[in-house]
Amino acid sequence: MSHIIIITILSLGVLALLAAIILYFIAQKFKVYEDPRIDEIQAILPGANCGGCGFAGCRAFAEALVRAESFDGLNCPPGGADVMAEAARLLGKEAPEVDPLVAVLKCNGRPEYRPLTSFYDGVPDCRIAHSLYLGETDCSYGCLGKGDCVRACPFDAMYMNSETGLPEIIDDKCVACGNCVKACPRNLIELRKKARKDRKIYVACSNCDRGGPARRACRVACIACMKCVKVCKFDAITVENYLAYIDSFKCTLCRKCVAECPTGSILEFNFPPRKPAAEVTSQTIKVNPEV
Amino acid sequence: MKTFPLGGVHPPENKLTAGIPIRYLPIPPSVAIPVTQHIGSPSEILVKKGDMVKTGQIIAASKGFVSANIHSSVTGVVNKTDSVIDASGFRQTAVFIDTTEDEWLETIDRSSEIITEIKYSPEEIIDKCLESGIVGLGGATFPSHVKLSIPRGKRCDVLIINGVECEPYLTSDHRLMLERSEEILVGITILMKALRVTQAMIGIENNKKDAIARLTGLSGKFPGISIHGLKVKYPQGAEKQLIKALIKREVPSGRLPLDVNTVVHNVGTAFAVYEAVQKNKPLFERVVTITGKSLASPGNYFVRTGTSVRYLIEAAGGVPENTGKIISGGPMMGKAVSNADVPVVKGTSGIVLIPEEESSRSEMTPCIRCAKCVSVCPLNLEPYLLMTLSEKGEFERAVAEGITDCMECGSCSYCCPAHRPLLDYIRLGKSLAAKMARKQMVK
Amino acid sequence: MSNLLKVSLSPHIHGKETTRKLMHGVIIALMPAFLASVFFFGYGAIIVTTVSVASCVLFEYLIVRFVFKKTLTINDGSAFLTGLLLAFNLPSNIPVLIIVIGSFVSIAVAKMTFGGLGNNPFNPALVGRVFMLISFPVQMTSWPVPAGFQTGYSDAVTGATPLAIIKEGIKNGEPVSQLMSQIPPPSQMFLGDIGGSMGEVSAFFLILGFIWLLYKKIITWHIPLSIILTIIVFTGTFWLINPEKYADPLFHILAGGVLLGAIYMATDYVTSPMNPKAMLIYGCGIGVLTSVIRIWGAYPEGVSFAILIMNAFVPLMNRYIKPKRFGEEIKNG
Repeated sequence: MSHIIIITILSLGVLALLAAIILYFIAQKFKVYEDPRIDEIQAILPGANCGGCGFAGCRAFAEALVRAESFDGLNCPPGGADVMAEAARLLGKEAPEVDPLVAVLKCNGRPEYRPLTSFYDGVPDCRIAHSLYLGETDCSYGCLGKGDCVRACPFDAMYMNSETGLPEIIDDKCVACGNCVKACPRNLIELRKKARKDRKIYVACSNCDRGGPARRACRVACIACMKCVKVCKFDAITVENYLAYIDSFKCTLCRKCVAECPTGSILEFNFPPRKPAAEVTSQTIKVNPEV
Repeated sequence: MKTFPLGGVHPPENKLTAGIPIRYLPIPPSVAIPVTQHIGSPSEILVKKGDMVKTGQIIAASKGFVSANIHSSVTGVVNKTDSVIDASGFRQTAVFIDTTEDEWLETIDRSSEIITEIKYSPEEIIDKCLESGIVGLGGATFPSHVKLSIPRGKRCDVLIINGVECEPYLTSDHRLMLERSEEILVGITILMKALRVTQAMIGIENNKKDAIARLTGLSGKFPGISIHGLKVKYPQGAEKQLIKALIKREVPSGRLPLDVNTVVHNVGTAFAVYEAVQKNKPLFERVVTITGKSLASPGNYFVRTGTSVRYLIEAAGGVPENTGKIISGGPMMGKAVSNADVPVVKGTSGIVLIPEEESSRSEMTPCIRCAKCVSVCPLNLEPYLLMTLSEKGEFERAVAEGITDCMECGSCSYCCPAHRPLLDYIRLGKSLAAKMARKQMVK
Repeated sequence: MSNLLKVSLSPHIHGKETTRKLMHGVIIALMPAFLASVFFFGYGAIIVTTVSVASCVLFEYLIVRFVFKKTLTINDGSAFLTGLLLAFNLPSNIPVLIIVIGSFVSIAVAKMTFGGLGNNPFNPALVGRVFMLISFPVQMTSWPVPAGFQTGYSDAVTGATPLAIIKEGIKNGEPVSQLMSQIPPPSQMFLGDIGGSMGEVSAFFLILGFIWLLYKKIITWHIPLSIILTIIVFTGTFWLINPEKYADPLFHILAGGVLLGAIYMATDYVTSPMNPKAMLIYGCGIGVLTSVIRIWGAYPEGVSFAILIMNAFVPLMNRYIKPKRFGEEIKNG
């Protein structure tokens, strides 16, 4: 009995040894030389493979960093300045200063502002709804609310708000990778400069129709009245195609335009309440007049 | 009995209006005539606010090669040019006209006499089609003068006339063939002359036996025209399928019927050509079937273009309480409209009202790989695969699998036991793949 | 406008077919064969079927409910069908516990680990059966002799199946003509009065179900006929060469699970190819493998293995064997 066991062990052992030797030689033969620094850099990258850098995943970005002459134009949005500084230190290069960004939705078409005019009964996919028709409301520019951006977000930084029917962005989680920007068929999401305490001022509208039709479709649409342009002292606001735009790099967050906007399409977030309370109430009444 | 060989489905016919003669719809108090009623670029508007226009007067001129003239369908005053949501679901420019007393252009022959003698040369016929804004009335609205001008090096030996009307519910072509049979046959003769062919074949599905009998009875007077009954199967009315069924030629993928030496026109187009050439009447009205299971009085109407669908439905008894969907076109390929105020255009062959309980889609369940979509696809594509590929964004492979060949007949979605939205995703894939191809061209 | 219009892409109507109806169609098609097996094997058939179906449905329910955490798929009839097919592949006297284990392998391992209905590469019922055959060879190959309701369940009289008789005999060098006298005549085999798995014995009732499936357009003829024809051609060739060493094709078709496999198992939607051309190749592959296993293999029966092996090739076939598209241009043209 025992000799059977010995023979079995021996024969299997010899087989294993043979296989190991063959494998070793094959591995040697087909070995591909790779810069060891690529591995090092990859190790410090976040590893989310979000594609925010514009490369196909973290590995590709690490290769690009190692190959790059300078770090200009290369940035890892989720990793931010820390990761880029670390990578620069490892590779002995200089990491340029890049402003952190955050995504915002340029539409505020809640159902109470933007009445439904039809019911979309197809696949919950914005791209399909967008190619089919105007959308469930008369605004052909606004959010379709089918959540393509939420599905595209690799960081769980977005969710659909069931009350407003619009996606919400969680500022703390958003790393500005830009996947939602690409996913939105109506280009409603913009990456804007992140300000102190997550303060934000932006035009929450993308409607390029003239004032009348835009307003008929949605009460909080930008009607291109130019009031904000006039009130802005920093030349941060421009109006093009009947739509105002606030440049986040020029905006000083003075909040003058917010108060001036007659339709309430300019939104402010994370600011302390305004001092004269009376003014606020008068503004809100102006902001949402009954249609 | 002839039919096309691959795939196909048999949706319930529901031809509720097959026995109802065509009536004239009263002229509405105002019309909105879109300037894009054809594939191709929008026509250029020739009128301005406050202008008086007569019925049949040109209001927008064809701009570019694949474009068509647009004529006023009513007499009245131009109110404005503004955007209107049309049946395609998008906004586009339209001329709004408030109607007054109906007064036609003097050049139009309004007598009911049928003129059989054709005294025009092929070039003159093509010019008349161009002037009168004739487009394919089967739904594709391809300008007819383009189809009639055969490019150098191509040859056409047989004209095929599409009287299949394979969409459920619709009966406009059927009624037209019954009631305007002789005009249609003259129209076909005109088309034959323009194309310089001696042979024309009319394909009609066998569920329209009365139309087949009537046309066959009259066709003796018109040399070269033969009528062929076809086995009922959807989508027989698709150009390539009809060619295959009638003359056994297979149009190569990505090519036109002219590549197999034939041209296909719809019976409605043949009638419009007759009116344009023999009566000088531009295309500003067409037969529209207004139908639906809960509609009070469905029917077939001659409707002026620009009439709102709501006005048409009012004439047929008003929008029923339980309406869930209004479809412009047939239920297999038509478009659901987002509101009833869209205008009737040259390509509107019917308006179908689907009751609430039949309008909702069922919940999608996992694909069980039953291969029914593959077996019903008239082009032998693999819809299940194309759907997955476009869902996952693999457009390059989707193109390799023939996604651009898909003609969107909807047979796959119709038969899918798991209620998967196959065509929705295939359409998406098609449009994105086309966009990608354009980008590469630019590069 | 209070009543909003619905908007979606065409088509706006849908055929009446659903996954559930298709599954129920197959179950109905299996009913005659089930009744036949009750007639031949008595209570055992009812017990085996009930346990198998109940445990398959239960496992599916538990997994969907507690692992996937979804509320779906249990009423589509697919688990019921798997249970039924699994039972058809078992002897009518197999212990209950073994059936439960087999059902678990079918549903939990072969189906749900891949994501449930529509995603499993291998036929769940066959995976369950092959697992049981390898794990419990004695219980899986002691076939009760059909004796109606006298068969009994745990105390059934068992005997060898015709396939086993032939296999053993040929191995021992006995001529086929002599062996044939030990097995029932073709007419008896056609009706199903022979030993074997409870659902596979009655060729007549299985073919009855086949006609129903074809009539209802639930399956196409491609897979079953290509399997059967291949087996006839393959075994027929050897039979013509030496009728004393090889059994005749009619015997091969009627004995064992060829008909059950060809009509109901190989045609399983999920694990069979998606176009007619690939279906024919798939069927031929199963036919050849079945014959090879039966003639030269260690097991007397090879249908289950043949189907599972060909299942593995299905993704490959779907990828490379394409239907000729309409208007596809010939390359050299």
